[in-house]
Amino acid sequence: MNKRSTGEKIFAVFNTIFLLMLCVIFFLPVWHVAMGSISDPLKVAATSGLYFKPLGKITLGGYKLIMQNSTILNAYGNTIIYVVAATLLGLVLNILAAYVMSTKGLMFGKPFALFVIFTMIFNGGLVPTFMVVNKLGMMDTRWALIIPGALSAYNIIIMRTSFAEIPKEMLEAARIDGASEIKILTRIILPVSKSIIAVIVLFYAVQHWNSWFNAALYLQKSRNLYPLQLTLREIVLQSTENAIVADADGQDVMIYRPLIKYATIMISIIPMMILYPFVQKYFVTGVMIGSVKG
Amino acid sequence: MDSKKAKNTLKKPFFLRLKLDIKNHWQMYLLALPVVLYFAIFNYAPMFGIAMAFEKYQIKKGIFGSQLVGLANFKRFFLSPFFWRLLKNTLLISFYGLLFSFPLPIIFALCLNEVRNKRFKKTVQTISYLPYFISVVVVVSILFDFGKANGLITNIASFFGWEGGAVISSSKWFRSLYIGSNLWQHLGYNSIIFISALAAVDPTLYEAARIDGANRWKQTLHVTLPGIASTIIVLLILRLGQIMGVGYEKIILMYGPSTYETADVISSYVYRVGILDADYSYSTAVNLFNSLVNMVVLFTANFISRKVNETSIW
Repeated sequence: MNKRSTGEKIFAVFNTIFLLMLCVIFFLPVWHVAMGSISDPLKVAATSGLYFKPLGKITLGGYKLIMQNSTILNAYGNTIIYVVAATLLGLVLNILAAYVMSTKGLMFGKPFALFVIFTMIFNGGLVPTFMVVNKLGMMDTRWALIIPGALSAYNIIIMRTSFAEIPKEMLEAARIDGASEIKILTRIILPVSKSIIAVIVLFYAVQHWNSWFNAALYLQKSRNLYPLQLTLREIVLQSTENAIVADADGQDVMIYRPLIKYATIMISIIPMMILYPFVQKYFVTGVMIGSVKG
Repeated sequence: MDSKKAKNTLKKPFFLRLKLDIKNHWQMYLLALPVVLYFAIFNYAPMFGIAMAFEKYQIKKGIFGSQLVGLANFKRFFLSPFFWRLLKNTLLISFYGLLFSFPLPIIFALCLNEVRNKRFKKTVQTISYLPYFISVVVVVSILFDFGKANGLITNIASFFGWEGGAVISSSKWFRSLYIGSNLWQHLGYNSIIFISALAAVDPTLYEAARIDGANRWKQTLHVTLPGIASTIIVLLILRLGQIMGVGYEKIILMYGPSTYETADVISSYVYRVGILDADYSYSTAVNLFNSLVNMVVLFTANFISRKVNETSIW
């Protein structure tokens, strides 16, 4: 490698410092919440600013409290159900749509592609969509959080792009041998598309894990169906931790109340934090395919 | 022979061709069916509901039975005291958002590009994606924690002479908090495309520039930036196409009556009058206006993007 000039060396030092500072900024808010969740509750209530380390004696009282709380546990379970069901449904439909779109020579190929892409440009809007879901009788049922948001045209296009790169000869050979389309899809296309499937699963799963709005919209009377994000909103943003923990009793509640919001935030992001370093490779691939096409 | 065959197919009437196509590809039609049904129900059926925008919709009478009122709902919106405020807030949030969240990911990508230690580079990149995986609810929750009366941001603001109390409930701070937290959440994500564009710049160009005696800064100016210029221009135009499309999800988590003055945008207003006040016709009209403006801007942007794209590849 060529030698660096003094100016370049100075730049390299500042650049490293700048990037390290950015990393701290990206990480610090999460760290603050994590430290808050295990701090001495009395000190949390009395201290302002950032928590760089746990205040006072480390305690798991906040976590213990929410682990005993049926509302939060129930919401956690609901979220898992919604994420698994909606991701599965979305994935299956996504694969079908992408396969049809990547197949050449169909008379309805182009109209079908337009039909899918148009959903990205224009929609009926909030109220008409709400009314359709209402008419289907999905209000205040789990289906409202599984079906309406399950399929996204954007993800279909990403997968289509990937399917289109599979050599056509392989598929034609199978067709001549008399293989059915579903067989070609499941035996030839899917086995060589593992990484794009991982990308799409990741996109859908993150979307559903983090979504709250459809729940607020469609679950107006059934709190027992709330996903975690909506319960979190109630606890932290609408300050209803009193109502949430009302079913737990005793002194613990009073003492650990300042920790509840931090601990709840933590349990909602821990799965993502554990997962994302391993899946970010797929994530970057997906974003790149999407931005080239989108 | 092929062209003759094609001509023959073309001559056949549409329905005959369709019949043949269905016969030959019935399995494909079958595979497409669930997807068509899905979009028909959840994306196309609601479009009929847009008729409500031109009616005085009553639940009892339904979409077909309600009284038509022409453009009255639109008129009501244009004459409403909120119209200009909503338009102004929507455009300002978009504009300031663009001003900060467009150039910074490029700068971040350029800085990363200068790092020679591969492992350090990868680590910084991975950490920069972390906020993207956090939900809006959590981001706003942390924002409330930092913006409360004795929270971090309020304390910093007070240090510099701010006397208005909790910044989270101040209309003067709304835009900064909204855009700042967006930046925090999406900086790493938005830089991905630029990082990959940078990786695609031809290394021999750098070699040539070095031989000509260009230092790193000169190389950045004359090789790197021109190398990613087309990516930057296309993405900028596409971003401009979304200028009227400020989403409601984060706004309605963040705002309150004390911040409506600067926080309320068209989409959050649609939510409030449509879902909370159940004023269906009016809300649908406001939304339709917003969607149409969006579509016009988007198509214009796409059109320009195509032009620029073509002229830039020479």
